[in-house]
Amino acid sequence: MPDPVLTIDGLRIEATVHPPGEPSRDVVLVDGVSFSLPRGKVLGLIGESGAGKSTIGLSALGYGRGGVRITGGRIAVNGREILTGGAGALRSLRGHEVTYVAQSAAAAFNPAKRLMEQVVESTLAHGLATRAEAEARAVALFAKLGLPDPANFGRRYPHQVSGGQLQRAMTAMALCPQPDLVVFDEPTTALDVTTQIGVLAAIKDAIRDTGVAALYITHDLAVVAQVSDEILVLRHGKMVEHGEVRQIIDAPRQDYTRALVAVRETESAERPPTAQAVLTVRDVTARYAGAGADVLRGINVALGPGRTLAVVGESGSGKSTLARAITGLLPASEGRIEFAGRVLAPRLAERSRDDLRDIQMIYQMADVAMNPRQTIATIIGRPLELYFGMRGRARDARVAELLDAIELGQGFAHRYPAELSGGQKQRVCIARALAARPKLIICDEVTSALDPLVAEGILKLLAEIQAAEGVAYLFITHDLATVRAIADGIAVMHRGQVVRYGTRSEVLTPPFDDYTGLLLASVPEMRQGWLEDAIRSRRVPGSAAGLPDAPGPAILPGGQVVGAGS
Amino acid sequence: MHPLLKMVVQRVALGCLLLIAASVAIFAGTEVLPGDVAASVLGQSATPQALANLRAEMGLDEPATTRYFAWLLGALHGDLGTALSNKQDIAAAMGQRLGNTLFLASCAAAIAVPLSILLGLIAVRYRGRWPDRLISGVTLATVSVPEFLLGYIVIFALAVKYRLFPSVATIYAGMSLGEKLQVIALPVIVLVLVVLGHMMRMTRAAILNVMQSPYIETAELKGLRPFAIIARHAFPNAIAPVVNVVMINLAYLVVGVVVVEVVFVYPGMGQYLVDHVAKRDVPVVQACGLVFAAVYIGFNLLADILSILANPRLRHPR
Repeated sequence: MPDPVLTIDGLRIEATVHPPGEPSRDVVLVDGVSFSLPRGKVLGLIGESGAGKSTIGLSALGYGRGGVRITGGRIAVNGREILTGGAGALRSLRGHEVTYVAQSAAAAFNPAKRLMEQVVESTLAHGLATRAEAEARAVALFAKLGLPDPANFGRRYPHQVSGGQLQRAMTAMALCPQPDLVVFDEPTTALDVTTQIGVLAAIKDAIRDTGVAALYITHDLAVVAQVSDEILVLRHGKMVEHGEVRQIIDAPRQDYTRALVAVRETESAERPPTAQAVLTVRDVTARYAGAGADVLRGINVALGPGRTLAVVGESGSGKSTLARAITGLLPASEGRIEFAGRVLAPRLAERSRDDLRDIQMIYQMADVAMNPRQTIATIIGRPLELYFGMRGRARDARVAELLDAIELGQGFAHRYPAELSGGQKQRVCIARALAARPKLIICDEVTSALDPLVAEGILKLLAEIQAAEGVAYLFITHDLATVRAIADGIAVMHRGQVVRYGTRSEVLTPPFDDYTGLLLASVPEMRQGWLEDAIRSRRVPGSAAGLPDAPGPAILPGGQVVGAGS
Repeated sequence: MHPLLKMVVQRVALGCLLLIAASVAIFAGTEVLPGDVAASVLGQSATPQALANLRAEMGLDEPATTRYFAWLLGALHGDLGTALSNKQDIAAAMGQRLGNTLFLASCAAAIAVPLSILLGLIAVRYRGRWPDRLISGVTLATVSVPEFLLGYIVIFALAVKYRLFPSVATIYAGMSLGEKLQVIALPVIVLVLVVLGHMMRMTRAAILNVMQSPYIETAELKGLRPFAIIARHAFPNAIAPVVNVVMINLAYLVVGVVVVEVVFVYPGMGQYLVDHVAKRDVPVVQACGLVFAAVYIGFNLLADILSILANPRLRHPR
């Protein structure tokens, strides 16, 4: 084997945590991790959140986030120990031999500086080239990464380009000093699937053409299968399995790896449409105050009692705006919303208490949807008091019942949200929605922030609750695997319109319209070579990988993004 | 119209409106005080007939609104009226004083603003370590000590003990710039010490706030030097809050330095105002109030506009 770029041996990383109300203590984040990465190879680091992926990735730059310390083992880059050289040696390593691509390029670029300045900065700071040479390199990289108008792209500020373009620019920034190793930390996780595929292909090509070695960190096995040579599976900071991509996917040796590989395979049986609808949205059009264009245009969908309608589309397609129109947070300017045989007032303020009780919401970010200073019992008990006037023992008994229903148990009643994990918090939000005994629950990306295995548990729970209580779900998601797992009907949204609508089997059976076809073809599959096939077969003109991106999305008041390009 | 220009025009219009509101408040304030100009000119023993005659002569028997608009119109033309105590034209007398005050203030600002920002950057670079504590401690002390005491301490140390600078900062026409600077050195030192802490602390806090941002991590992972990260990546994003506090301090340097002027016998606006308040010279007090309000509103307007200009999202729309 040729001389490895990166050698990590017996790595141990610790951090001091300060839990509220308890004494500070040290926790072990990473323990006993060893691997080596040959020149020009790509190693995928995979695992759930908290598995230590990013921590290991950053340790290759000798960096620990907020109080994270490397307490054991050795890390060598190009055969040289990096932990013993001091701050000056680390500075000459970072941005020179090893570079980093962050998950959110939008946050990782300095908003006050032009892109070119930031892309060439490390090259200049380390004296690796003159400014003219560095800028020429950057322009060449912009071209290679498929950015529009490469010669002038660098003159723009970060807010002037789209999320997908920023992620490509960040890759250019990492490659500009011609490093030996690039750490990619979930570079496509924050992007829409239709955007992700182009960025993924651009990153893969750039890695191949420059011959750089890479650590590719992600929680998505299908993504890592496309770009890596080897995969290292991590759990709770320990190595579970390390092998070739094909072996990990086709013949996993460990139970945990098998669970990761299998997680996308669940699928529920589709139920036939019902005769009557609990929710009917007729010709609904809506716009934000002060915005020039409608965010929703002529939406028509219906949902039967006890059924699930999935609303899918990329960010900015109007999915969440539809939910806001149904709940009355954003009054529809045209059309009407019929619910359980009555017409709902467009405005929230004009709806009756029963209207409000009948439609409940669960959000993507469970932790910000709960008051951190209230106990779980207070949070779940609030709708019981508000809608049913329950007090004292009756309320406590119902809270206990709901806690059992979400499989947490009554021991959680007096805990605070901060003491719960992400999945547990989302369960509490489900219990709070259920407490109102609604006919419809709107689930807005409820599993997007969760690890696959945890998300799977939430989906199962939602299905059980639906079977028991007969509640209907309007399920907003960008994840087509989730749609396959739970939906009876599907509405595909694109630029504020429903472009395809029907039962699950109708919508997912060809022939497709252009957009649905693109969306379905963009969902990563685990088989190797999928990325190349998908790029080749992309049909929608102007959005093919490698071609210039569409103009960036416009931000409307309220943070809504419309017309997201890649 | 360019959105940026539109915002700036809006701010300027708002500033003018605010200034008019301030003029109403100043006029109304002097109006509700017991007695009027005629009473203060003639003194307590004046006969009602004499008062009435003088009022008619000065136009004080007109309704308040008429007098207000006459005053405002005059002020807009640069005519601030005549001082009662010495019958001088206020605008001419004040022009000299205002020039002196602006000279002192700009000398102090030229030192204090760069120095406080530099100290703020250094404090962030060594946050929690001794340079940060030293800077924070010293500036806190100089802010906390009353200005007049600070003035006397400086006079004692630098004028009496070491005789480096004169203790009296009287300047007059005909002095060369070098002589003037020599004379005002002590009040400048005091003013710098007074405003330094506020600006330095705001700079430090604003930059520390920005240091939490992910793009600071990006800069660290580029292998940049810590001071380069703070100055090149953090500071440009902390300009808006820093500009605001700098402008408030600049306004203070112009309108709030009465005590320092008195201590050093400096012929500035503050002394001028205090003298005429003591003499119940209402037109001068009104004129000073209007000028001070204009200075405050002007600096805040400038802060607003600079904050807008510092935001790349507004400077370079999509």
